[in-house]
Amino acid sequence: MQFIDVDKVVFAYDNDEETGNTVLKEISLSIKKGEFVALLGHNGSGKSTLAKMFNGILLPDSGDVTVCGMNTKNDETLLDIRRKVGLVLQNPDNQLVASIVEEDVAFGPENLGIDPVEIRKRVDSALKAVDMYEYRDHAAYKLSGGQKQRVAIAGIIAMQPDCIVLDEPTAMLDPQGRQEVMDTIIKLNKEKKITIILITHYMDEAALADRLLILDNGTILTQGSPKEVFSKIELLKRHKLDVPQAAQLAYRLNSCGFKIDELPLNADDCVKMILAQIEKV
Amino acid sequence: MLKEITLGQYFPGRSVLHKMDPRMKIILLTVFIVFIFLTKNYVSLAIMVVSVIFVILFSGVSLKLYFKSLKAIIFIVLFTSVLNLFYGTGDPLFQWKFITITQAGINTSVFVAARIISLVLISSVLTYTTSPTDLTDGIEKLLKPLSVFHIKIHEIAMMMTIALRFIPTLLEETDKIMSAQKARGADFDSGNAMTRIKTLIPILIPLFVSAFRRAYDLAMAMESRCYHGGEGRTRMKVLKYSKYDYIALCVVCLLCIGVIICNIRLPITLRTGM
Ligand SMILES: Nc1ncnc2c1ncn2[C@@H]1O[C@H](COP(=O)(O)OP(=O)(O)O)[C@@H](O)[C@H]1O
Ligand SMILES: [Mg+2]
Repeated sequence: MQFIDVDKVVFAYDNDEETGNTVLKEISLSIKKGEFVALLGHNGSGKSTLAKMFNGILLPDSGDVTVCGMNTKNDETLLDIRRKVGLVLQNPDNQLVASIVEEDVAFGPENLGIDPVEIRKRVDSALKAVDMYEYRDHAAYKLSGGQKQRVAIAGIIAMQPDCIVLDEPTAMLDPQGRQEVMDTIIKLNKEKKITIILITHYMDEAALADRLLILDNGTILTQGSPKEVFSKIELLKRHKLDVPQAAQLAYRLNSCGFKIDELPLNADDCVKMILAQIEKV
Repeated sequence: MLKEITLGQYFPGRSVLHKMDPRMKIILLTVFIVFIFLTKNYVSLAIMVVSVIFVILFSGVSLKLYFKSLKAIIFIVLFTSVLNLFYGTGDPLFQWKFITITQAGINTSVFVAARIISLVLISSVLTYTTSPTDLTDGIEKLLKPLSVFHIKIHEIAMMMTIALRFIPTLLEETDKIMSAQKARGADFDSGNAMTRIKTLIPILIPLFVSAFRRAYDLAMAMESRCYHGGEGRTRMKVLKYSKYDYIALCVVCLLCIGVIICNIRLPITLRTGM
């Protein structure tokens, strides 16, 4: 049994039985504990819909989603599932419930009925984990986008989840905010061993993941390690998806006759590759 | 322009008033307001006004913010006190054509102005020094007895928390939409009342659409964070009366006794209700 199992899930928002509006079409996938998975796909391919399946916000029309053996369709274990799998949305403004940072972070644990002393401890450690401890008594609406998003992540961490699903958490942020949020996500994955499912449009963010899942029109187009997936440039291009610039350059060089041994995914690797090529010549 | 509105805003701080229990603050505020309206002569009015000033100084919130909250009501204050000036009865002090000003008129207008200003200032102290969550928590606890009538106190309190949380967000959004409409040539500052109301429609519609979208997201975020109503919910900050609350209670009691004594012992200046 895997940590999260998605088994032949079919879903449509409006059920008028026309095949045209099925958003998820018999999707099956599984997520291991501690994994960092990036979910890619163009707009409307069903990424957000799939994200809402992981913690039972949406339920499949047919097929099953199970988290640690608990089916999301079972009402009795739904709270347990939501405690294990947290969801962070795109717009940081819309997911903060309380006006003050620490009060917002406390919202999740409060719902779980945890003892006040313990909540305090969890809130403090969650805020420290996202580097927002100094801001604990600030008004949430005055923070920058990146800071708000980190508070939202802290609000999930305070519930001590095993997994965090992030739906385009950096889409509305400036480059600095993006960097802060990505650093936080990677730290949580590496240090706290929290499973991460990251939905993103940025290929350089996706390249940091252990595994990529490409969603296209409600089905899984391809999956594998970033190197495997980004080497299928033709396939991705056909489905109007990008690859990191470094991989793109390597692909162009390759088609001009240069022999590339290892696909570079970031600028540093790219520089190394070019230096290696120059030495050969 | 809309950023000027300080309604329901909280300014974090470490003052005695920040440390007080919200329940006590709400109760004392109510008592205070009642007594502001019970003052019958200048001495008792002075007691209340001076204590308002002291409370403001104790709150540790910048005086500028209090002036801001007054700016919004200055027109109402001027209007009502000027009106009252001409409606006094008794011997005229000053007469010119149909305008008569009497001692009673002057008294009423001073009392009206002082009462409204004190009322607004002391209420601002509450919202400035109490975090919205604490405020709604306090209200929830104080109204708890009403739940025997099947009134959903927790839900009401949660709605207030969210409303207070979204006031600044929606104000900011309104500002943005107004700028966007101005950039498209909208004119909000001219025309008669009817055309001005009509120019509000292109602001309100996008605002509503976005508010609904936000509500949809928020509901999802709350569910994801295991929200399932007030049942079995605990709070991080447990409300507890501290020594500050008891001191404040004593001080307010003394003030009230002072006002009552002054009202009884000293001649009454103000006979009308208001
Ligand atoms: N609340 C909704 N009601 C109806 N249709 C929706 C809703 N949310 C998304 N859709 C539709 O479902 C499809 C997939 O959307 P979504 O999962 O948001 O894709 P992505 O996140 O990959 O952009 C889109 O065609 C979209 O129009
Ligand atoms: Mg989406």
